[in-house]
Order: sequence, then C-alpha cells, then structure tokens
Amino acid sequence: MSITYLEAIREAQAKALADDPRVFIYGQDVGTFGGAFKATKNLAKEFPGRVIDSPISEDAIVGMAIGAAIEGARPIVEMQFADFSTVGFNQIVNQAATLYYRTGVSCPIVVRLPSGGTAGSGPFHSQSMEAIYAHYPGLVVLTPATVEDAYSMLLEAIAIEDPVIFCEHKFLYYHLKAESLPAEAQPIGKARIARPGRDLTIVTYGAMVHESLAAAEEIAADGFEIEVVDLRSIKPLDTDTVLASVARTGRLLCVGEAWPWGGVCAEVIARVTAEGFGLLDAPPMRLNAKDTPVPYHPALWGTHRPTASAVAASARQLLEI
Amino acid sequence: MSEVVKSRPGAERDQGREIVKAYRTMLAARVLEEKLAALYRGGKIKGGVFLGRGQEALSVAVGQNLRPGDIFAPLIRDQAGRMAFGDTILDTLRTYLGSSLGSMRGRDGNIHRGRPREGYYAMISHLGAMIPVVTGGLLARRLQGQSGVVGATCIGDGGTSTGAFHEGLNAAAVEKLPLVVVVANNQYAYSTPNSRQFACADLLDKAIGYGVTGHKVDGTSLADCLRVIGVAITAARAGGGPQLIVGDLLRLVGHGEHDDASYVDPTLRRKPVGQDCIELAGAYIIQQGWASAEQLANWREELETEVDATAGRVMREPEPDPADEDWSALSTRELEDHFA
Repeated sequence: MSITYLEAIREAQAKALADDPRVFIYGQDVGTFGGAFKATKNLAKEFPGRVIDSPISEDAIVGMAIGAAIEGARPIVEMQFADFSTVGFNQIVNQAATLYYRTGVSCPIVVRLPSGGTAGSGPFHSQSMEAIYAHYPGLVVLTPATVEDAYSMLLEAIAIEDPVIFCEHKFLYYHLKAESLPAEAQPIGKARIARPGRDLTIVTYGAMVHESLAAAEEIAADGFEIEVVDLRSIKPLDTDTVLASVARTGRLLCVGEAWPWGGVCAEVIARVTAEGFGLLDAPPMRLNAKDTPVPYHPALWGTHRPTASAVAASARQLLEI
Repeated sequence: MSEVVKSRPGAERDQGREIVKAYRTMLAARVLEEKLAALYRGGKIKGGVFLGRGQEALSVAVGQNLRPGDIFAPLIRDQAGRMAFGDTILDTLRTYLGSSLGSMRGRDGNIHRGRPREGYYAMISHLGAMIPVVTGGLLARRLQGQSGVVGATCIGDGGTSTGAFHEGLNAAAVEKLPLVVVVANNQYAYSTPNSRQFACADLLDKAIGYGVTGHKVDGTSLADCLRVIGVAITAARAGGGPQLIVGDLLRLVGHGEHDDASYVDPTLRRKPVGQDCIELAGAYIIQQGWASAEQLANWREELETEVDATAGRVMREPEPDPADEDWSALSTRELEDHFA
C-alpha cells in the first residue's frame, strides 16, 4: 500500500474526528463534496454533522472556530487556498493569536492552509504565507515536507492548546508518497536532518526540501556533501539543529519558496549570524522566490520559484567562496 | 407597554421591578463612567476612556435579558449591559487602571475585558469581529448538544459596514443559530454621520437581506428596550434563528474622552432621539410610583460612594511587574520560540 501526502492529511483528520468528539471541520466545500482537493473526502459521511460547509467567508470561518474553541471544541478550518487566508487574517492574528495572552483562555484551533505554487496556479492560488503568520506572537506555524510529517504533525497540531497555522504544500499533495503512516514521529519544534553532509548546510522547508535534496544529489557527483535541514516547524524554529549543522559545514544556504523580504530565510540567517557567526566560513546566502507576484505561465513560474537547478547553482557559488 | 400591563394580574408590578432593576444598573454604569472620565482627566488612566452615555437603556436591556450560561460579547459603549451580565465596578476599575488583579492583568485595558470561559467574551478593537466569534461559540454549544442558549453581541451603526458584520451575520443565518445582534444606531461612527456610512433607508432593512428577523426599538426608552430585546432573545432561544435589533439613539459624549464631539449636529440634541435615556427612565419610574425622586437621588449617592471607595482601593493595588511576567503568548510553553 502507498499513501500520498494529501491522503495523509485526510487520514489525520479522520483519526482526530474518530478519537476526539470535540473535533469538527469547517470550511468551504469540505462537506459532502469533500473539499476542493478532497482532503476531507467521505469525512462528512463518516462523521455526520461534524464536517460542515461554510459560506465563502474566511473571516467568519476563522472567527467561528475561535468562538467554538472558547467553548471547548477543537475546530479544524480549511482555507481553500492559503492565499484566501488574508480575508481571515484579522481573526487569525488579532483574535486567535491574542486570546491566551489577553484572557488566559487558550485557543486550540487549526487553520489548514493549502500553500505554495503549482504550475498554472498564478498570483492568487500559489502563495506561501508562513512568514506573515510567524511574525505574530501567539501562533504555531508548521510546514510539513513529508507524508509522515503531514500526518503526524497535523494530529499533533489538533492536540496543541494554541492556534496552529498548518501550511500543507499543494505541490506535494499527489506525487509525494509513503509506504505507510508513521506510528511515531519527531515532536513539533524539532528540525530534521533530511540528508547528512559536511561541506554546506541547506536550511529549508516545505516543497523546497525536495528541490534541495535533488540539488544535493546533483552536487554529490562533483564530490561535495550537502547537508539538508528540513525545519518542519517555522515557529518555533529549531535554531539549535541549524547551528549544529552549520558548525559541521561552515556554510549556510537558506532556501524558501516565499518572497525574500523579512521571511523565514532572513530569520534563519539573522539567528546564525547573531548566535553562530564564528561557525561561518563564508557569508550566509539565501535563495527565495523573485520579488513579484507568483506568475501564471509555467515557464515564468519555474523561474520565479527556486528549483533544484537554481538551488544547485547557489550552492556551487557558495562552495567556491 | 400597555399590552404587557393588561396581560395578567401582577404584570405591572413585575414590569416595575424589571425597570427599576435595569435603571439601577444604568445608574451604576453612568456613575462609574463619570468616575472613569474624572480619572482620565486627572491623568490616572492611561490610554483611552470610552463612555456609553446615552446608550445605557439599550445596553442594559441586552445584559438583563440574558441568562447565566448565555454568551455575551459587548462593545465599547456597553458598561450597563456588562454590569447587567455580571461585570463589576471593581473589575472595570481594575482593567482601566491596569491593576494586576484585574481580569486582564494589565495586558489589555479599558473596554477590552471579559472572562471568556464564563460566556463573557473580551472584544477586540476590530469592529464586527465578535459576531463570528459568538456565532462559533453557539455552533460549538449546538455540537455539544446544548439547546436554549443565546449569544448576544452589540455593535454600532459604523460597525454594520464591516465585512466581519456581513460574514458573521450571514453565516449565523445559514446555520440558524440563536444569535442576537444589537445595533446601537447612535448617529455617528466617531465623526462619520449615518449619511456617509450607509445608503439604505434604515439599518433594519439589512435584516431581510440576511434572512433574519428584524426589530426596531426606541433606544431612549428603557421600557421599550427591555420589551423588544426580551422578545428578540426569547425568539432566538426558541429556535427562531438570528435576530437583528436596531436601536435609535444619540451618543451623548465624544467617541472617547479625548473627543469633544464638535461635529455632532446640535439640532439632534433637541430631537426625541437626542434625549438622555436615564433621565427619561428616572422620570418614568417616579411617574409610575415605583420610586420617589429622593430614592433615585439616594441610589446615585450610594453608587458614588461605592465607586469612589473602589477606585481608591484599586489605586492602591499593585501594578503589573514586568519582572513577574513570563512574556509568553502561548499556553504551550515548550512551543515558545527563543530569541537571543
């Protein structure tokens, strides 16, 4: 048997609904239709009354999840695309993220954001929102890059007492497969060494983990061993694992699919230069999407986002310094 | 009112009791807010002070018609409704003065206070945002198998223009949840008059668009407010779905105590909508023989003494100490991020 990243998300939600009567799902087309991507396929049938179609109202979707959480429920809300979470932004950052600090009442909601680019999706169905949400205190921001993490981190997200922004990557939905669902998992907040190496560290997350692994494989032919760190969680960010890797390699390349300004790569580089300057044998480097809206045509999109060949080119450049 | 009086023996006495009870809560809110204004002018309160003068009748009618176990998300001019729902002079002063013993512990202030676990939600400043939150609270109660619960929230004429108002009320209507939205049409959103806020003839016209029941109320009449909001809350509790109430009145103060409200059309004060609901309610109580003018004056004096004593006590309480704060926005401490 093999299971895709998307099926893992569906299975995690099915397990949460089965195990915890407080859990319910709310979002556009999530009911009988099973969701735009089928992440809730058959769940409305299996759990009657607990997988609820919403109007096209992202503010109300998130706001209602917050109210339900105050009353002891564990809501999972699906944004049809991460891009549309901007309409629910106020409820996420000003209501959910401040509730515990202000009132002492925690806000256990999970906001699922189908994130990142796929060919032909264009400016409004491709965005990577993780850095925006990580900027706000009071949110946990997750970016699973594997089938196993999609499953186990979503289950853990539902159990967490605080609001979780779950950035699941659409590019990985169908083609990423695993043999089975994991029985055990690394805890949230710990990064993972996706590939060990000694010459250069690539710190990355989400779909860029796979572009970076492909780049590392390509460069291995030249005799260089690239270490790839999959952050898994953007907030909290596992600085210790990153610093330990840079201590081994002396070189840091951060790769992110999001825009460069004030992003996850900028944060990682700030931490490594502040806390591990002496570990660096070369200036740290970042590779992000270009600073434009995400373009529609696959030829433009393929250049806008970092690809394996772009990552390899940056890594080679950094190795030569 | 007259139909209530005629409905059964003793109804008049019950109504009198309800009106006097509400009046005393309104008076407590008015006296407390006068103290807040004085503390603000004396530099004792940092940040803003936002008063509900002129809106006490509409506000108290919401709090008084709710029951323990209901949900209430008040807005900035709801001191009377908050107190009718169980908020106290003590916690109001603690929150305004930033006492570490207040429900917000100095982390938030003034009207941003509540005890969410007790159904008393703490507003955020973004108007309309509490409507979806109350709606979600009601959805959870339904999923938990509870019935007969009502969730009420208050907003102003300006707040009806927000996306959150639309999204929240529409979603509640789709789910037929027992949501009661009370609009205090106080003629101005900060300085913006109704003519620059909406183009419908009356805000009540919005009810039909959302498929919810609409109720109009004279926001200056305590008896009318208690009756109409009582009818709406009863209808919601009985499964009638969301209820939209529009109360016409005039904000008798500035947006906050920093604002002299010089933009308010002076002729409004001379119109029925510009009357002071507390003065009208007091005169009505005396006219009905439920209390004398002297009793009313005594109630005010007692409240002034209580408010002054409580303010003195709160000002002696400890301020929040930054060294005692854990500076964590997460309840799950092991998920905190760390910055060097």
